[in-house]
Amino acid sequence: MVEETILETKERKKAEKLEVVFKAIFGFSAITVGLIIPTVVFIVLLAESKLIIEKKGLIKFLLSQKWDPVSDEFGALPMIVGTLISTFISMLLATPIAIGISIFVVELAPRWLKEIIRQAIDLLGIIPSVIYGMWGFLVLAPFMATKVEPFIQRALINIPILNELTSGTSTGIDVLTTSLVLSIMIIPFMSSIVREAFEMVNPLVKESAYALGATKWEVITTVVIRSSIPGIAGGFIISLGRAIGETMAVAFLAGNRPEIPRSLLEPFTTITVALANQFTEADTELYLSALYALALILFITSFIMLLTAKIILYRLSRNGQI
Amino acid sequence: MVKSNIVTLRKAKNSIMLLLCFISAIYGIFWLFWILITLVIKGSEAFSLKLLYLDPTPPGVEGGGLRHAFVGHFIIVSLATVIGIPIGIMAGIFFSEYGKRSRLFTVLRMITDILVSVPTIIVGATVYAILVKPLHHFNALSGIVALSIIIMPIVAITTNEMLKLVPNNLREAAYALGSYKWEVTLKVTVRAARNGILTGVLTGIARIIGETAPLLFTSFSNQYLNLNILKPMASLTVYIFNYVMGPYEYWHQQAWASALILTLIILLLFGITRLIIRERRK
Repeated sequence: MVEETILETKERKKAEKLEVVFKAIFGFSAITVGLIIPTVVFIVLLAESKLIIEKKGLIKFLLSQKWDPVSDEFGALPMIVGTLISTFISMLLATPIAIGISIFVVELAPRWLKEIIRQAIDLLGIIPSVIYGMWGFLVLAPFMATKVEPFIQRALINIPILNELTSGTSTGIDVLTTSLVLSIMIIPFMSSIVREAFEMVNPLVKESAYALGATKWEVITTVVIRSSIPGIAGGFIISLGRAIGETMAVAFLAGNRPEIPRSLLEPFTTITVALANQFTEADTELYLSALYALALILFITSFIMLLTAKIILYRLSRNGQI
Repeated sequence: MVKSNIVTLRKAKNSIMLLLCFISAIYGIFWLFWILITLVIKGSEAFSLKLLYLDPTPPGVEGGGLRHAFVGHFIIVSLATVIGIPIGIMAGIFFSEYGKRSRLFTVLRMITDILVSVPTIIVGATVYAILVKPLHHFNALSGIVALSIIIMPIVAITTNEMLKLVPNNLREAAYALGSYKWEVTLKVTVRAARNGILTGVLTGIARIIGETAPLLFTSFSNQYLNLNILKPMASLTVYIFNYVMGPYEYWHQQAWASALILTLIILLLFGITRLIIRERRK
C-alpha cells in the first residue's frame, strides 16, 4: 500500500516534470520560428548593409542610377525600378485572369470541371520556379523573340509612345517575357485566395439577387465580387509580395543588365536578379554590403506588404466572412 | 420596346463576361499544359540512367551524368527536413495548444505566417553572413540551415491549422481522465491530427525540394561527389540553373531530364497530400 503511494507520487512527479519540459521545448520552438529567426534575419541584413549606407548615404544609394562594381559605384535605382516595372506588369496581367478563373470555378463550372480546373491551377502553383525559369529561357524566350515580339513591333509601329515602349531588338530576354512568366507564376496564388473568398459569399444573398431578376454576371459583380473585396485585396497583396520576391524565374529571363529599361524589349535587372547573379561575384566588402542593402530593402518591403495582407485576411476571418 | 432592348443588352453583357471568365480558365490551363508537356517530352527524351550514376564530364565533353547533384540534393533536403520538421511541428503545437490566448504568441504566429511567403533568397543571404563568411568558403551545412529555416514556418502553420480542427471535447475527455496537458497534446490531440500534420510536412518537403535561390551562395556547387557537409555540395536545382545558362546542348538536355525528375517527385508528394486530404473528408 505504502509502496504503491510512493510509486504514484514518483509517477506524478515525473509527469509534472515532463509537463514543464514539454512546454519549454514547444515554447522555445515557437519563439525560434516566430521571433528569433526573423530578428536574426533583420539584424544580419542591417549589420551587413551598414557599410554601404555609411559610405554613400541611404538616399544616395536608393536614388543613384549607376551600378558599376568595378569602379565602386553602387546605386540601387535600376534594381528597384526594374522590380517595380516587372511586378506592375505581371500583376496587370495576372489579376483579371485570377479573378476570371475564380469566377469560373466557383460560379460557372459544372462540378467535375470545377475539380479539374482547381487541381490544374493548384498544380501550376507547386511547380518550382527554377522550372518556370528554364522553360521561359529555353522555350518561351526564343518564341517571343522570333514570333511574338516582331509581331507586336509591327503592329504598334505607327502608334506613338507604344512604338517607343516596344522598340529595340527582340531577344526574348527582356521585361516583357519576364513579366509574362512572372504573371503565370502568381495566377495560382491569387486565384486560390480569391476563390476562397468567393466560396464564403452567403448563398442567400446571391439567391435574393437572382430573385430580383439579375443576370448571372450582375449577381457576380454586385454580390460576389463586392462582398469579397477584402479577400481579393488580401490575395492581391500576397501575390504582389510573391512577385517582388520571385527570384529564379526572373534570374533566367531578365538579362541582368543594371540599367533602367527604356522599352519593354530591353534586358533589365531586379533586386532578386542582382542578388542571385552577383552574390558569388562580390569580391569587395563594399560590393557585398551593397547587395545586402538590396536584400534589406526587399525584406522590409515584402514583410510590410505581407503583414498588411495578413491583417486584412485575419480581420475577415474573425468577422466570420472567410 | 426600349425595355426589351435593355434586357437584350444585359443578357449580351452577361454572356460576354461569362465567356471571358471561361477563357481565363482556359488561359491558365494553357500555360500549365505548355510547361508540363515540354517538360515531359524534353525530359524523357534526354533521360538515361547514366544521369543517375555518372559524374559530370569536363565542360564541353559530351556524356556524363549528375550523380553528385542527386546525392547532394538528397543530403541537403533530407538533413534540412530532419532539422526543420520537428521544430516546425513543435512550434505549431505551441501556437495552438499553449499560446492561443496569449497576445505575444498570436503576434508570433502571424509573423510565422508571413515568413512562409518571405522571399527565400533573403534567407540565403542571411545564412551566408552567419555560416559562409566566417568559414571563408561555401559549405553544404549553410544550405541545409537555409532550407530548414524555410521549411519551419510552413510546417508550423499547417500543424497549427490542423490542430485547430481537432474538436475540443476530445481534449476535455482526456483531461477528465486525469491526464496532464502534455499527455493530452501528444497522445490525443496530435494523434488525432496526425494526417493533417503529415500533409503539412509533405507540402514543406515539396516546397524545399524545388528551392534554388537560397542554395546559390550557401551550398553553392561542386563538380565532384562530396559527402562532407562542410564543403561545397552540388544540388540539382543549382545545376539546372547553371546548365541551362551554359552554352552546351547536352547540358540543356541533362537539365531537362533533371527538371522532369524533380517535378515528378514534387507531383508525387502533392498527390499523396491530396489522397490524405480526401481520405479525411470521407
